[in-house]
Amino acid sequence: MIEFTDVVKSYEQGNTALNGVTMQIEDGEFCFLVGPSGSGKSTIIKLITGELKPTSGTVHVNGYSLERIRKREIPYLRRTVGVVFQDFRLIEKMTVYENVAFAMRVVGAREKEIRERVPYVLELVGLENKANRHPKEMSGGEQQRLAIARALVNNPSMIIADEPTGNLDPERSFEIMALLQEINNLGTTVLVVTHAQNLVELFHKRTIVIDEGVVVSDGLDEEE
Amino acid sequence: MRLNNIGYLLKEGFKGIFTHGFMSFAAVCVTVACLVIVGSFSILAYNLDIMVEELNKTSEILVYVDSSLSDAEARSIGTKINTLDNILQSTFVSREEALEDFIDDHQGDSAFSGVQAEDLRHRFVVVLEDNTLMQQTDEQLKTIPGVGKTSAAYELAEGFSTIQNVIHIVSIAVIAILLVVSLLIISNTVKLAMYDRKDEIAIMKMVGATNAFIRLPFQVEGFTLGMIGAVLAFALEWIMYDGLTQKIAEVDALQLFSLVEFQELLIPMVATFAAAGLFVGIVGSWTSIRKFMNA
Repeated sequence: MIEFTDVVKSYEQGNTALNGVTMQIEDGEFCFLVGPSGSGKSTIIKLITGELKPTSGTVHVNGYSLERIRKREIPYLRRTVGVVFQDFRLIEKMTVYENVAFAMRVVGAREKEIRERVPYVLELVGLENKANRHPKEMSGGEQQRLAIARALVNNPSMIIADEPTGNLDPERSFEIMALLQEINNLGTTVLVVTHAQNLVELFHKRTIVIDEGVVVSDGLDEEE
Repeated sequence: MRLNNIGYLLKEGFKGIFTHGFMSFAAVCVTVACLVIVGSFSILAYNLDIMVEELNKTSEILVYVDSSLSDAEARSIGTKINTLDNILQSTFVSREEALEDFIDDHQGDSAFSGVQAEDLRHRFVVVLEDNTLMQQTDEQLKTIPGVGKTSAAYELAEGFSTIQNVIHIVSIAVIAILLVVSLLIISNTVKLAMYDRKDEIAIMKMVGATNAFIRLPFQVEGFTLGMIGAVLAFALEWIMYDGLTQKIAEVDALQLFSLVEFQELLIPMVATFAAAGLFVGIVGSWTSIRKFMNA
């Protein structure tokens, strides 16, 4: 669960990115976070993943209080949150299988667990036949699927997708959103940060709109 | 961190050495060069120290007994001399023995042919424990009843002491400078390795790897580079020192320079090189890792 209560985040340079944000995303929800550039979306993601601490207010994520989290607890918080980025952030020299296995290995998983879990996750995202390929040999949509597989492999309770379709054509974008929907159906909370209004309208989910560091609307897409 | 990860982390650390082959080679070379210079300087300083110590032992005070005292009274002064602090040894030299020495020293010099034992005084040759306290001891000796005068070469003793101090200070300075150079090189190699893998590190952080997990392969890399440098430097030092000892033995027929056998220095040298390699490797990698992780 994500819970922001009256969160203010000001940077040292003096600009205020969030100005009293209050919102709550329950376990198992699928939610869009939309807003123009510079509205504070990235700051919200950084607060959720423990990269930043709020200036005031409280942030609770999966049982961790981010305003007073200790440095050594942050890796454990991150294991509960899978993050997917617009630019995929894959390791080029590793194969599909190794990219996913790497995420398990660095959190201390045993080889046996890795051998069992990685094929399952690759099948879930439809890459079971491309395990030995390298990211450069794959399309953008496939690379994003791989990034989702990596985010999923440690079984986080939540996936945050930051502009996951930003580099994809409409058809691949739809496929990625469908995959995220499928993952949500399996019980994982999904928060999608996006500019793609067409997808927001198409998927008809709860949408939080943020502008100039303030939540301006929160609910189902207005056209529905 | 689980035990089953240790193998993976060690493997990653060793792999890093080969991935950054040229920088690793450069780091090992610089470490070897620095440690060989440090080692050579330490051995040289150690040998010089021993030589100076030996020469210093030849510094002595001559204590002349008042000529009015009888032989027995003169000898009894020895007991009083030995009660003073800082006396290593005192040897009584009678007038007759002194004359023999005098004649030996001035053979063929007709100007001294008329010298008789009565012209000379009984004396004690006093060797000190610590020559830096020569002046104080000399003053104490002069206060002993029956002591006529003393003769002590303060300047010589002070000269030896200064040489020793200079050797110590220069050694420490050279060792410190070269260790810092090695540290910087290893640190730079590890920094480069970390920069090369910055994307991997970012992903590791993102998926929840602990800092210890991220750090360990780089520390293994730094430690291994340091130890390889130490082992090579030690072997090189041994070969060079043995060669030098043999060369000196061939050239120096009079054995004016007697170098300590390397085997005698084996344990301290192994300990010093291992400690230096360990220090350079671990501290060198630690500094760059810390900077990188905090960035």
